[in-house]
Amino acid sequence: MDTRDLRLAANAMRHDVIRMLAQSKSGHPGGSLSAADIVAALFFSGVMDYDAGNPDDHTGDRFFLSKGHAAPILYAAYHRLGWLSDDDLMTLRQLGSKLQGHPDSHACPGVEVCSGSLGQGLSVSAGCALGLKIDAAAVGATPRQVFCLLGDGELQEGSNWEALMFAAHRGLDNLCAIVDLNNLQIDGHVTDVCSLGDIDAKLAAFGWGVTRVDGHDVAAVVTALTAVKAAAGAPQAVVCETVKGKGVSFMEDQASWHGNAPSPEQAATALAELDAERDAIEKEA
Amino acid sequence: MAETKPRATREAYGATLVSLVEEGLNVCAVDADLAGSTKLGVLGAAYPDRFVDVGIAEQDMVGVASGLSLTGRTVFCGSFAVFATGRAYDQIRNTVCDSGLDVKVCPTHAGITVGEDGATHQSLEDIGMMRALPQMRVLVPADYDSAAACLRLAAATPGPLYVRMGRHPVPALYDEGFAAELGGSRVLREGRDVAIVACGVEVSQALAAADILASDGIEVHVVDAYSVSPLDEEAVLAAAERCGRVVTVEEHSTATGLGAAVAELLGERRPCPVHRLGMTTFGTSAPAADLLAHFGLDAQGIARQVRGFCQG
Repeated sequence: MDTRDLRLAANAMRHDVIRMLAQSKSGHPGGSLSAADIVAALFFSGVMDYDAGNPDDHTGDRFFLSKGHAAPILYAAYHRLGWLSDDDLMTLRQLGSKLQGHPDSHACPGVEVCSGSLGQGLSVSAGCALGLKIDAAAVGATPRQVFCLLGDGELQEGSNWEALMFAAHRGLDNLCAIVDLNNLQIDGHVTDVCSLGDIDAKLAAFGWGVTRVDGHDVAAVVTALTAVKAAAGAPQAVVCETVKGKGVSFMEDQASWHGNAPSPEQAATALAELDAERDAIEKEA
Repeated sequence: MAETKPRATREAYGATLVSLVEEGLNVCAVDADLAGSTKLGVLGAAYPDRFVDVGIAEQDMVGVASGLSLTGRTVFCGSFAVFATGRAYDQIRNTVCDSGLDVKVCPTHAGITVGEDGATHQSLEDIGMMRALPQMRVLVPADYDSAAACLRLAAATPGPLYVRMGRHPVPALYDEGFAAELGGSRVLREGRDVAIVACGVEVSQALAAADILASDGIEVHVVDAYSVSPLDEEAVLAAAERCGRVVTVEEHSTATGLGAAVAELLGERRPCPVHRLGMTTFGTSAPAADLLAHFGLDAQGIARQVRGFCQG
């Protein structure tokens, strides 16, 4: 996909997120919307090399959603891949649904590990990257890439820092941590609740390569992720500056939209905004 | 028996994994800076690519083990039991068990027989925490050979499994022919007056207690309930049927461990007098043998309490 199509994909996924949450009357819009452009870049630009036709195939590059509460944006991506139907989307968080409140490997095709308890995905990703690296070395091949999407609030969990140390120590250059830096968590701005400080410097001090990008500039995200795949010697972090609730004006940068679903009226307003954005993108040359 | 010298169950850990690698199994293990103590070091020395040390980071240990399992490996991980479970409980619950990953949590240094290190290092709640988890199976071997068999069973059984091993040498009860089964147990002594259901280091103590009680005219039935979850329910029910009263013995909290599991079963299926021997407080520092005596969990203490229970 070119940049325009990726922007349209992100727009369509945001559209799905709002529809899902309005239907379920429950879920996390803020961190799903902030990650939409990142997820579009990952799944639809070609940077992540995987079998788009088979959710059960795990022989390609791997993706782990550590910030599991952003499940709706993952489900929206799976919907675009045809792994989930539109009817599936409308069952979010309901009894018997493939779309559990947080990703569930038994319920949903494509999900490898249950996530949602924060601070666990990076260790899992590091273990996976290590296994892939050992296997590739045994046959003289290039190891598959592992991408892990984390929230910035999530980085307050100390277990992440265990994983950061470990991945650098083992030189896991096939591991990429993508930080959705939207500066919001449930209780407020991350910088007010418990600041991460200079996160880029901290990641670098832990031995990671660090790239900072505008997380809503899909082309920039693709460029960064492409560079990451080629990097050697150290694990790579892509710190994406984002706006929580991005794309729906009344949700943007509001902690109150971390875990609340829109009412039917709010959803209609949100969808109208997203439709207008889509029309604007389509009109661009 | 091929081996009569007392050996700690932990001695089986690295040695068995080395054997499994040499037999062609795609196994590996993750440790958290205790490879010398957990006896996993031999694996790393022989097969560096099968061994990962994450440092003092038990949460990362379980996470890395989980990720490795997603590359087609059967992955073992362990530390002292208190850290491997309590420190990483959320990872074991939400990543390993909820996802049903092929990760085996196999800690050493369980119970009070850790000894001199004292209460902070003596895990007394791990059986309870593990058996409460859906998907998790819990094995507590009583000697070296049964520990090796439980580790082999773990490798052969897809999904989460817990093998609880100890630091303290225990007498050989079995030989290399021991075949562990999920939901299995062994009757090691037959009696009709009282049944003792024990696991881990307490099995050999229970057998010694049975010898003492025999001289008093009390014939004790002794069951090694190494598979705590799933429990060998038929063996426990049969023991209760046979003797009419049951004592459980474990170096673990009586609130949630083997004793609780047995009491739950008998309460529902065959109510009878049950007396649970184990821990109700934190432990303390002392040589293991002194601790067993102090807490009434050595042969003499068990015999004394069983005698009182039978007379009560």
